[in-house]
Amino acid sequence: MTEREIMEYDVIIVGAGPAGLSCAIRLKQEKPELMVAVIEKSSEIGAHILSGAVIEPGPLDELLPGWRDNPPPICIPVEKDEIWLLSQQGRRRLPTPPQQKNHGNFIVSLGAMCAWMATRAETLEVDIFPGYAASEIRFTDDGAVGGVIIGDMGVDREGQPKDSYMQGIEIHAPITILSEGVRGHLSKQLIKRFELDKDSDPQTYGIGMKELWRVQPGKSKPGLVQHTAGWPLDSHTYGGSFIYHMDKDRIAIGFVCGLDYQDPEFMPFEAFQQMKNHPMIHAMLEGGEILSSGARAISEGGYQSLPKTEMPGALIIGDAAGTLNIPKIKGTHQAMRCGILAAEHIAATSTAEGFDARLRESAVVKELYKVRNIRPAFYKGFWRGFIRAAIETITAGKLPMTLSIHADDSSLKKLDGYTPPDRKWVDRDLPPRDRLASVYFAATEHEEDQPVHLQILEPDICITRCVEEYDNPCTRFCPAQVYEMVEEGTAKQLQINSANCVHCKTCDIKDPYQIINWVTPEGGSGPNYQNM
Amino acid sequence: MKILVGIKRVVDYNVRVRVLPDGSGVDTDGVKMSVNPFDEIALEEALRIREAGNAEEVIVVSAGGDECQQQLRTGLAMGADRAIQIQTSESLQPLSLARAFLKVIEREDPGLVILGKQAIDDDNSQTAQMLVALWDRPQATFASKLVLNGDSAAVTREIDAGMETIEVDLPAVISVDLRLNEPRFVKLPDIMKAKRKPLDVISLEDLGVTVEGNVNVGHHAPPAQREKGIMVEDTAQLVQELKNRGLI
Repeated sequence: MTEREIMEYDVIIVGAGPAGLSCAIRLKQEKPELMVAVIEKSSEIGAHILSGAVIEPGPLDELLPGWRDNPPPICIPVEKDEIWLLSQQGRRRLPTPPQQKNHGNFIVSLGAMCAWMATRAETLEVDIFPGYAASEIRFTDDGAVGGVIIGDMGVDREGQPKDSYMQGIEIHAPITILSEGVRGHLSKQLIKRFELDKDSDPQTYGIGMKELWRVQPGKSKPGLVQHTAGWPLDSHTYGGSFIYHMDKDRIAIGFVCGLDYQDPEFMPFEAFQQMKNHPMIHAMLEGGEILSSGARAISEGGYQSLPKTEMPGALIIGDAAGTLNIPKIKGTHQAMRCGILAAEHIAATSTAEGFDARLRESAVVKELYKVRNIRPAFYKGFWRGFIRAAIETITAGKLPMTLSIHADDSSLKKLDGYTPPDRKWVDRDLPPRDRLASVYFAATEHEEDQPVHLQILEPDICITRCVEEYDNPCTRFCPAQVYEMVEEGTAKQLQINSANCVHCKTCDIKDPYQIINWVTPEGGSGPNYQNM
Repeated sequence: MKILVGIKRVVDYNVRVRVLPDGSGVDTDGVKMSVNPFDEIALEEALRIREAGNAEEVIVVSAGGDECQQQLRTGLAMGADRAIQIQTSESLQPLSLARAFLKVIEREDPGLVILGKQAIDDDNSQTAQMLVALWDRPQATFASKLVLNGDSAAVTREIDAGMETIEVDLPAVISVDLRLNEPRFVKLPDIMKAKRKPLDVISLEDLGVTVEGNVNVGHHAPPAQREKGIMVEDTAQLVQELKNRGLI
């Protein structure tokens, strides 16, 4: 194999989400002479970004003062908050807790906002490279992180070079910033290698599924922020929905479901679709059309699950570390703050060392500390969680104990002896009828003739143990129907439709045997979300 | 010789295209734009000809507002030597575009002009053909193979009956089809190099071209929604249902 070409930068940032882009912008603001590059696996900035989203503008005011005169393309001030407790046919309005009071906040498309931030970054001479996947870390001789290696392109399904083969270059940098988002594959490797999580609880996640709808005129009330809890989930499954009313008759509707759910037969996608068919929501959506859809995992562990975020030569920031505030269901302001802090640290010290201590003293972690017991309170079920959440809110997290966070992959109950709850789910009629119809709107694309990017480390388990113990839950938790068990004569076999993958990372998280390893496909592959 | 390659900024082929509610066009708000896929194939062919030593310079040309500079830079990153933007805020129909292109040809005096066979947004497949009529030179359209022989070229064309190979004297216009080649990936360092390559902007007026719109687009509508079908029990019911719908 020929030696890879090398490019050198002072800082290389992996992932052009709010954390990575904030870091890039702040770096150039502090030290314009720094050579900063951002690489991004999606074909265009924002194409892999999926979020509600209601954002707190504080970090934007700090990073880009004057942004309000030239805001991102979709930016609607919040007018009203509503929290609903749903039953199959009914609903009850609940009082809005302080974490959900959104006055002063904005409903945005985070994807469109990232594209807008990227333009700002480019004006400051940050080099931004969409369409290139960082597939490996480059280590220096003394074992520190020294940059990344871009994935080879033009490789066929068997791993052999095609005519269009292009070897990935190496990007060398004294500082690498991992801002890959939730369950980033490089972050996962580095956390393991440097034992960054040995003093923290495991991370816990949710799956967030979202659809952008254009509804009949008059049904969207711009600025209205609604959240629901209760039906269609049972009291032992954490989650709920969000409905954000935007301009131009658009509604962003989505569903978050904790991946610590217990029922092996549960299908998060179906829960999302059920929610849409509740009378209150059905009335909003009927006659409308889906513009875009997709899914992405969310980090819910907060304070207890934050790993150490520094290692020799690199930092992990944003949701790659897990800075999202789950009771608020907001992570963007946290990711941005984290990116800004990382940039300020690097500009001041030129090293990764010392960042973690700074982060722990910062507003990012203070905010997580305050709400640290709310998520784990729900391990005892909805009502006890609700009460504990109220106590934690009133006491502002000052109670002396800290509840622990449990891992998701061990929470699934085995089929034998488990009775699923009566979900009271209904026949439904709104599109999309199933996951394949839904994945169409994600516009996800993978060149067929490339290595499968979902590696199954011990494939026998699927057809020997998993089918007996859990009935292959991957065929249900994947929102894109990537995994299917097909009959091959008398035996069943796992079929991986990797072309459907929307890069949500749920399989890497929830698989009870932890044998699914998500790696980057060829750069530019994956969803093409618009305004998500 | 010089090779001119025309590239167009179009809605990316992955985008789920949507018609605007008032039928005036397609929704391009926040939508990903790319180089027309056939134009990438055209550029790839030009680069291969230069790399084989049969051309000295590959120039990419695009007509449009300043947004199309993004696509011209992609062309430069793929390997083109120079870029020209024909600056206009009007949406050009093939005839006006061909006229503008002819002006660039008169300035640059290329030995070969390679275009994509059609743009994936309007699917017209007219620009190459109109250009040759105005330029009065040979054309070889829907090329799936191109072999240069000194001052002529043997071009294999994909036609309805199969393939046909013709020989054209250079300079000529070739429009390319899918099977001609597979465009190269862009190397990261080349994106940086492309920023320093020359990109000249000439306005449509300075070229001496006036826009003539001889085609008026009336209305856009999405394809009719498929109605839900019904299951029939037997042939008798099938016949009855067809009769009910006036189909037999």
